[in-house]
Amino acid sequence: MINIHEVFETNQMIEREHFDVRTITLGISLLDCIDSDLHSMCRKISSKIDTLAKDLVSTGDAIGNEFGIPIVNKRISVTPVSLIGGSACRTPGDFAEIAKTLDECAVRAGVNFIGGYSALVSKGMTESDELLIRSIPEALAKTERVCSSVNVGSTKQGINMDAVRLMGEMIHETAVLTKHRDSLGCAKLVVFCNAPDDNPFMAGAFHGVTEPDTVINVGVSGPGVVKAAIAACRDSDFGTLCETIKKTAFKITRVGQLVAQEASSRLGVPFGICDLSLAPTPAIGDSVADILKEIGVEQPGAPGTTAALALLNDQVKKGGLMASSYVGGLSGAFIPVSEDQGMIEAVECGALSLEKLEAMTCVCSVGLDMIAVPGDTTPATLSGIIADEMAIGMINQKTTAVRLIPVIGKKVGDTVEFGGLLGHAPVMPVNGFGCGRFVNRGGRIPAPVHAFKN
Amino acid sequence: MKKTIITVLGKDTVGIIAKVCTYLAENHCNILDISQTVTGGYFNMMMIADLSGTDKGILDVQKELAAVGEEIGVRIHVQNEEIFDMMHRI
Repeated sequence: MINIHEVFETNQMIEREHFDVRTITLGISLLDCIDSDLHSMCRKISSKIDTLAKDLVSTGDAIGNEFGIPIVNKRISVTPVSLIGGSACRTPGDFAEIAKTLDECAVRAGVNFIGGYSALVSKGMTESDELLIRSIPEALAKTERVCSSVNVGSTKQGINMDAVRLMGEMIHETAVLTKHRDSLGCAKLVVFCNAPDDNPFMAGAFHGVTEPDTVINVGVSGPGVVKAAIAACRDSDFGTLCETIKKTAFKITRVGQLVAQEASSRLGVPFGICDLSLAPTPAIGDSVADILKEIGVEQPGAPGTTAALALLNDQVKKGGLMASSYVGGLSGAFIPVSEDQGMIEAVECGALSLEKLEAMTCVCSVGLDMIAVPGDTTPATLSGIIADEMAIGMINQKTTAVRLIPVIGKKVGDTVEFGGLLGHAPVMPVNGFGCGRFVNRGGRIPAPVHAFKN
Repeated sequence: MKKTIITVLGKDTVGIIAKVCTYLAENHCNILDISQTVTGGYFNMMMIADLSGTDKGILDVQKELAAVGEEIGVRIHVQNEEIFDMMHRI
């Protein structure tokens, strides 16, 4: 039988160390909503999402209360919209209408984000893909809860450099259209390489075409729990350190598995995956940077940071893998800047640069995330940064992502306030040397040699 | 059996267990196990109870016991046992 120490250990994780289930994400396929008439398609989309998601928030809250664990977000992901809008949309404005429909569905369902305003274009763009991509700035400026992602590369297919160039322009345009809100639109836009079909975390969640009609994916977090556990064995050797992280990751993921099973059975929707990601929030004590410091670097960015992050990411995966029957999504450690108080401090004190963050993304689960850069950064430079990050993902057979926010009207040294979970960010310097000739070549980078494992 | 974990945290005072047990008895909840510690004047108690005898749902029991806790100045949490089983047992 469970003993008092185990009960208090769990409850201490929840109450003092910010342990929570970060999101229950309901994936919904919209493939059966395809219609050649835009308004009729939007009606079908509304009706399907309203029907399937009506109990999502109340069920999530009930599970959270019953188990005594906060379930912070309830969210929805849908089939990449470029795949469903092809025959109904003739202009970017038509696609933006679908975004408005999704936004209204999110409001009615009571979820804070809906993901899937997306296109998968790692090898080439259809006309529909390109229209959707060109509609992203308008869609993100006119909606509150819609999240957009574009997959521009993969290990199997290489990198679509035309899409990379276009995304540099679209990020810039999104920043301009939302400049009155510190270019907030860009916080809802991610560019991916090797995007997973079952990621529950925003802004990159979409419901992949390989998924069933509906699915429940759960994202668990808990950087504070890991930090507290390794603080308890301070200055132990690497073996003990890794073992501690692994055991903690196991315990955290078990709760995610439980919540996922419950949500799946109560909503009558199949369980997809459990994603164990150390996802920080701006709250004190909910920081991946603090874990790195506890492991032994003075500030994230100091020599040793990449190695510390590599071991953290790997142990988190190893612990999580055994704890859930289906692990998926991004599972690992996230290193956003604006959403992590420790990362913000590291940037402010000069310890952490964009280049070091890029190195860190080689060994963690995502990429350059929530980084504010000067508003005068050119679209070509944005594309260059995206290309670098996509190359890391393609060659290392991992997911990488870029979520940059060129804050119009702000320069290095200024601070941007996004509010809530998105936090605040110091504007970081970007290498000012040009890459226009590289970005403008056109075409695609071929798949790497290790894509040919057949 | 609907096994539920009840935890009580707060400053030690007379009658904490009595109040909680009275509530459970009145609501036909069977107590399966109790353990407690008092450290530095603070009272920690963990109780395993079976709620299958009551018509009330766990969320109602949660609210009512939280109110009992407020009366005597302690925090009372009621949680489904499964979260602890999942985390601490393979």
